[in-house]
Formats: sequence, C-alpha cells, structure tokens
Amino acid sequence: MLLLSYLERRKSTDPNTKGYFEKNGKALGTFFICAVGFWMILLIILPYLYMVIESFHPKLPMKQRGGPTDLVTLDQYKSFFIEPSSGDWNTTHFWAFFYTIIVSISVTFFNFAICYPVAFYLAQSGKKMNVRFLMLALVVPYWVNEILRAFSLRLLLTSKGVINQVLLAMGLIDSPIDFLGLNIGLYVGLSYAYLLIMMFPLYNAIESLDKYQIEAAYDLGAPRWKIHRDIVIPYSKPGIASGCTMVFMLCAGSLAAPQFLGGPSTLWFTSIVYDFFFQSFNWPRGAAYAFLLLSACVAFVMITLRIFKVSLGESIK
Amino acid sequence: MNASVQLEDLSVRFGDFTAVSNVNLNIDGGEFFSFLGPSGCGKTTVLRTISGFLAPSTGRVTISGTDMVGIGPNNRPTALIFQNLALFPLMTVSENIAYGLRIQGFSLTERTKKADELLELVALNGMGTKLISELSGGQKQRVAIARALAVQPKVLLLDEPLSALDLKLRQHMRTELRAIQQQVGITFIYITHDQGEALTMSDRIAVMSDGVVLQVGDGRAIYDNPTSAFVASFVGENNAFSGRVTRIDGNLAQIETSTGNLVGRNPKGLSIGDKAILFVRPENLNFGQTLGNVEFEAKFNSAAFEGNATHIHLMGAHGGEITVTLSRSDDFNVPAKGTSLKLSYQPALGLILADGALASD
Repeated sequence: MLLLSYLERRKSTDPNTKGYFEKNGKALGTFFICAVGFWMILLIILPYLYMVIESFHPKLPMKQRGGPTDLVTLDQYKSFFIEPSSGDWNTTHFWAFFYTIIVSISVTFFNFAICYPVAFYLAQSGKKMNVRFLMLALVVPYWVNEILRAFSLRLLLTSKGVINQVLLAMGLIDSPIDFLGLNIGLYVGLSYAYLLIMMFPLYNAIESLDKYQIEAAYDLGAPRWKIHRDIVIPYSKPGIASGCTMVFMLCAGSLAAPQFLGGPSTLWFTSIVYDFFFQSFNWPRGAAYAFLLLSACVAFVMITLRIFKVSLGESIK
Repeated sequence: MNASVQLEDLSVRFGDFTAVSNVNLNIDGGEFFSFLGPSGCGKTTVLRTISGFLAPSTGRVTISGTDMVGIGPNNRPTALIFQNLALFPLMTVSENIAYGLRIQGFSLTERTKKADELLELVALNGMGTKLISELSGGQKQRVAIARALAVQPKVLLLDEPLSALDLKLRQHMRTELRAIQQQVGITFIYITHDQGEALTMSDRIAVMSDGVVLQVGDGRAIYDNPTSAFVASFVGENNAFSGRVTRIDGNLAQIETSTGNLVGRNPKGLSIGDKAILFVRPENLNFGQTLGNVEFEAKFNSAAFEGNATHIHLMGAHGGEITVTLSRSDDFNVPAKGTSLKLSYQPALGLILADGALASD
C-alpha cells in the first residue's frame, strides 16, 4: 500500500489530477483495494484457476489425486472431439456446442428486437405515467424466482397449457401446437429471462441522447426509421454492445430455461457440463468443456465487438 | 425562394395553461421578423408551432397560403435552428451540414460540394472534416446555420441562437446573420429576449408578453412609439412616472405625479382623470434647465461609466429610480450622494400611455 501511494505521488506532476489515494484518502483507498482484491481473487480468479487446472487432469478418485497417475493431460479436451469410450467423432457434443451458440445468438437478436422499441419508448417518447407503469410491469416478474418463471412459462406453453386452450376455444387451430417440441418454448423462455439485462443498458444509452438531435433530424426531413439508423443507434452502440454481450454470455451458460422448456431434441451444452459435474462426477471433463465454452464465447464476443468498432471499455460503460 | 407565413387566430394551450393567445400575424416573404419578449412569454411555443412540432389548439398556421394542418416538421418548407444547436456529435462538420441532403438521396460528391459551398457562406472554409467537439461556440453556431440552409428551406426559424455566446461574438454574429439572410433571401423568423439583437437585425419586431402579441412594428416604431406600458418599459431603458391625466392640450397632455406635473405626447388620446404612466428615455433627459422643457428634481445616487456612455442613477420623489444616459462628450461632475439635481426634457419626448404592468414587474 505504502509503495503504491509513494509511486503514485512520484508519477503525478499535474497539480490538477488527483491520485487514487489523494482522492479517497489512505484508509478508504486501502479498504477499496483490499475489498475489491479479496472479491476478485477469492471469488473469481481462484475458482477459475482451479477449474482450468482441473481440466488438465484425468478423472481420478480422491485417493489417487496427487499420486503417480495424476499427470497433466489433454485427454479431457480431446474427449470433446473424440468420444473416449467408442473412439468415434463426438458428434452429439459437437452438435450441442454449436446449437447452444447459435441459439444464444438468435436469442440475443430476438431479445434486442423486442427491447429496442420498448427502451426507446421508455427513454424518449413515453409520457411519464405510462413510463412508470411500464417499468413496473417489466420489473415485477423478476421478483419471482428464475426457476419458477421458467416453469410457469412451461405451463403456459404445453399442449394442455393456457395458450393452446385459448387458441382451440377461439377455433383458430384444430389441434394443440407443440410449442415445447418446436423449441419455441426455449426461445421464449431464454428471451424473457434476460429481457431486463438487455433493457437497462439500452434504456440508459438512449435516455442520455439529447432529444433535440432527434427533432433536428426530423426537421431536416428524415423519416423515423432513418432517425434510428443514423442518430439513435450509432449513439447507443456502447449500450447495445453491453446488453448484447451480457445476454449472449448468460444465455450460453444458462441452465433453468433449457432444462424446463427445451424440447426432446434439445441438447444444451451447459446441461452436458452440469451432468458431468453432478451425474458422472467427472469434474475434469466438465471443467474442460466449461472452459471450451467460455473461450468460444469470449472469442465470439471480441470478434463481434471488433467488427462493429466498439471498444470493450465503451461497452462496459 | 422564400415564403410568407400567416398566423390566424393562433392559440396554443397545454391543459389549463395558455401559452399563446390569439396571435394574428402576417410575415412577408424575405423578411427578417423577430419575436421579442421575456422568458416564458410564449415565443418558443409560437416558433415550434410554425415549425410543426406543436399543433395549434385553435387557429392555424399557413405558409404562402397553404394551411399547414397535419403536416409534420419533416414535410414543411421550414428549418429550425435549436437553442442548443443539436448538432450530431458522431458526425463531422461536413456530414452534419449534408445530413438533410443525404436524406434526400444526393450522392456523396454532390453532398460534399454543397457542404463546401455552405461552409464558405458561413465563413468556415476547410473545416469540413473536423468533429463537432473540436469547434468553438461561434463555429458550432455557424455549422447549425449551414445545416439548416442545406435543405433550402423557404422559412428559417431561429430559437435564441446567440444566447450562449459571449458579448463580442454575439455582436459580430448579429451582423453576420443579417448579411446571410440578405444574401440568401429567405424569410427569417427569429426569437430572442435581447432587444439589442431584435432592433439591430430585424425588419419588423413583434413584442410578446404572457402569450399575447402586444405590438408589431419596425425598430423605430417599437422604440419611439410603444403602444403599451409593457412595450415601453421592455424595449430599451425607460423612466416611468405614474399619475393621473390633469390637462389636455392638443396632442400633448399633462399628468400629475408625485414628482410633479409632467407633460408628454398623448398618442392614445387618454382623457382627464385616466390613470397613466409617463415615459422618458434616459438619453432624452438633461441636467439643468432649458426654456420650454419640462422640469423636475431628483436626488443623485450613483454614476456608472460604461465606456461610450455614462449612466447616472437618481432617486425620484415618487420613490422610483431614474436613469439618465449621457454620452462621452457631455460634461458631468459627480456630486455627493443625495444631492438634489434638476432634470429636464423636451415635452414631445415624453410619452403618456395607459397604466399597465411594466416589464420589470
């Protein structure tokens, strides 16, 4: 601590910029560093480190760990490509992996398509009372437990569920639509789960936009959709990036919605990881798979951010 | 190409609050027309109604005879320059100016060419590639004007565009704006609370207060012949003396005030016994006595030197402040505070109007 504050004092020659310890005082500054450091190291870095190390070890019972058979190996990672028991290509897991990523991307788009108009209405054009009411309506369902929410959606969407009953009663369909089997349930469930995660960064970004810019563009002759294309969306890019990144990552790693709402053909990658940990107790393989998923998602996000020219720092804001 | 604007029985209400009340105006094509009034008088509301962002509660707006009802801002032949300019921060100067043309589908080369022409018109040559954040206040102002002119509006609406600039820049921009307007030849509708701006730039001025247009006329008419107490006290400095009319003599009248009997013109034809206010401009008051002038006394308070003029503040017998403005060439020896001094003015330079609310109330 003393070294840090000393170095800081040496570095800053500009009288206007206040160093970290100057701004916060020695005691508070030290507390912040310790608290954040504790949180980061103990709760984030150490567990991840353990998982990564685990993924490079073979599956062994407690007694044999640390013993002669406990060698560093890439077998767990290989098992993703080649099924260890049969020696064939591990198509099931492959397929599950890409399916998870594709669905996550689709859900992110779908989520964005729903949230953008709502966020815009809330931020720019809504009347005060309507805005408050809508905000409340959006937030209140989240007071309910996530699993309960997923389950209640399932009840809505089954063959005997409310939606099918209403459609049958109105005579619009002859036999119940299999929402769950068609994976519509999965999409709806995942989108709904992370609606607010997309909504709030979008809302914040759009709300900070000077509404006179929208009026100016309108006055210059721009139709509504061009105003969004040229003014609102470029301005809110960091907010959009933030929301989309979080929804994508949460989606790929989500468990409850795919479990309750996925059709019979759904094989969700995170469920596979979960099974490795809690069904077959194969922690190393589970860790390897988890790490593969994490790397793929991070790579995808970084590439997409680069394509749309948004810096990571901007999107975190 | 320019257009005339007609406001017929225009009223705009927000719930119980009437922002604009029964405005009837005819603004000629190619005219520089200003709405002048204090904050909250309804001038911004009028402007936004003309531009299409607000709909009239009663009455209508017509541009060159065409009723604008139901036509949005994007389809009216108007362009609005906002008070905070509302430039697009993520675009360069050139892209900002050419935005309206981009909407209309012009190619990039055509847009750049037009943007360069406009940059020259507003004296910002070569600044096309700069970002908005790199510009000063005055430069941003000019980009806003160029952006509005790019879509070739027939009427340009300006919402207190100079209020954020410092004094020297404001004075400079006044002449520039007027020059641009005369060069481009379109109708300018300008709103401001600064009478100096309104007087120097406009062909005609409409003075507004509390949603009502009190008087319309050119600068001289508004300044020399105000028709109400508010206009007399709002436009320029004016000394006000309240009292009652006691004598009438042709087009002059005399009112009895606590400062004494004062004489002035009576253009409104007030009768004996009417409550009235006599107005005399500070520059029309002199010290000492001159034959034929109206005289009264006041106690000296302070003198303020303002470069090309000196303002002498005195306390009148009626308890109100009196200001005399002397030019550089006038001699004045500052006496002790409280000294009684004699003041006088030519009778024709006093103006008697019906009693009413003053601008400072």
